[in-house]
Amino acid sequence: MRTAFVEALCAEAEANPALWLLTGDLGYSVLERFATRFPDRFLNVGVAEQNMVGVAAGLALSGKTVVTYSIVNFATLRCLEQIRCDVCYHQADVKIVGVGGGFAYGALGPTHHGLEDLSVLAAMPGIDVLAPADPVEARLATVSMLRRPGPTYLRLGKAGEANVHNESPSFDRGRMIRVRDGSDALIITTGGLLAEALTAAAQWSRSGREAAVWSCPWLRPFDSVAVAEAATEFPVVLTAEEATLSGGLAASVAVALGGVAGSRAKLKVAGVPTEIGPSTISQQAARAQFGLDAAGLLARLSVV
Amino acid sequence: MVHRARAAHVGTCLSAADILAVLYGRVLRVNPVAPAMLHRDRFVQSKGHGGAALYAVLAERGFFPAVWLEKYCQDGSPLAGHVSHRGVPGVEASTGSLGHGLSMGCGMAFAARAAGEGARVFVLLSDGELDEGSIWEAVMLAGHHGLRNLCAIVDYNKIQSFGRVDEVLRLEPLGAKLGAFGWAVREIDGHDHAALEAALTELDPTRPTVVLAHTIKGKGVSFMEDRLEWHYRSPSPEQLAQALRELGDAP
Repeated sequence: MRTAFVEALCAEAEANPALWLLTGDLGYSVLERFATRFPDRFLNVGVAEQNMVGVAAGLALSGKTVVTYSIVNFATLRCLEQIRCDVCYHQADVKIVGVGGGFAYGALGPTHHGLEDLSVLAAMPGIDVLAPADPVEARLATVSMLRRPGPTYLRLGKAGEANVHNESPSFDRGRMIRVRDGSDALIITTGGLLAEALTAAAQWSRSGREAAVWSCPWLRPFDSVAVAEAATEFPVVLTAEEATLSGGLAASVAVALGGVAGSRAKLKVAGVPTEIGPSTISQQAARAQFGLDAAGLLARLSVV
Repeated sequence: MVHRARAAHVGTCLSAADILAVLYGRVLRVNPVAPAMLHRDRFVQSKGHGGAALYAVLAERGFFPAVWLEKYCQDGSPLAGHVSHRGVPGVEASTGSLGHGLSMGCGMAFAARAAGEGARVFVLLSDGELDEGSIWEAVMLAGHHGLRNLCAIVDYNKIQSFGRVDEVLRLEPLGAKLGAFGWAVREIDGHDHAALEAALTELDPTRPTVVLAHTIKGKGVSFMEDRLEWHYRSPSPEQLAQALRELGDAP
């Protein structure tokens, strides 16, 4: 997803001379292609994330479109107040980009587990929150956010994810993407769990039941309308996020479902509890542990 | 303004008043009729709690009608207790949480430098605010990149909000510290208009400039000068009357 982001960023920078990229001393072997092509619009601010966001806001208040880049937790939690006050309150044209969402850097320890970012940023006023599912969505997300002025948080995986989409889906702001049809259940995923959900659905199909699968790359604005439709269409809605269950996808779906009179959808949620978790764990093992892999999602579907 | 709203921060406004008067009276290339003028100088009041002083100066310069000041800090007014840009012509950036303004100023300075039209960026900091680590991140960045179109001013009134600076977190030798980070340092009497004008117009040609403006919290009002409690207290009608008398009835 990282590569898709950087390539799309460079293409947009070619067309938009006001586009700047700031990094908090990260991006080795990733950001060089931007830095060498657009040296006057690239700044490594050093390991100083609070300053990075303030500088980004100042540039944006001077007419620039600015992208900040670091590993998820450092791009967000480290400088959250700057995001809130300098970016959101000014509605500054700053795009906060975090790499390594979920357990992408699982072996590196809890400081590098990006779990709370989505729900914390979803709580901030006036900021879009994006968690694309694969490199195709990552490219579309990058282009979309760069063409719309205003604060955005983009949570990426890292490198090496397979494309789930064979061709580019429609990617409208604030809308879920319907990837698979079915009527016996609906699985909604955010971030890189789309492939797991599709595998689970394919396996469930062998028992004669079909699950619809929707990708939700836009956590904010949230597609409450689609969820409201789902409330009367499906007997079960299962949400899955590689993130804490604390104000992200599950919570947003729950609020939307709860507001529908005559809802028949039972809500099941899969995600990471707000507890001290494993220190050293690969992404695949973490997904298995928290029921976020295909086997885990299938198990949730199979229980009434 | 402060009395009417039973607001706080009078002491901090009075220590900054001369700095603001010189900036907006003699230094800043800004246009009250065209507040978004391209290539203008920019002023960021990072010590956002002195908002009343900034609003008063902006009104004096004609950025908005002086009658707005009567609603400072009151329901629905755009003039919030701390500096807010929303609906307030002339305010470049909202502040109020200390430690943000110098970073924003750096960003503005980078953009102005890229534009190449000689626009300058001025950032007013409080002394207590220099406790915030984020300030020093910005200090390092500006020093490293030689942001010579950036000028920081420290309203050095020696009192913060729960004690004197020397008791809480000693800043001295402040000039030496900032110089070590690559800034040009000027130390002046922050109530001397001629010294302020000189320091703020003759910026260093290769390094960012910091003006350490030695000031007195509550300056000009005998019972407020150098007193911690006037960071918080709101003047009573009698105190207001006496203060205005001492200040020469110039609000």
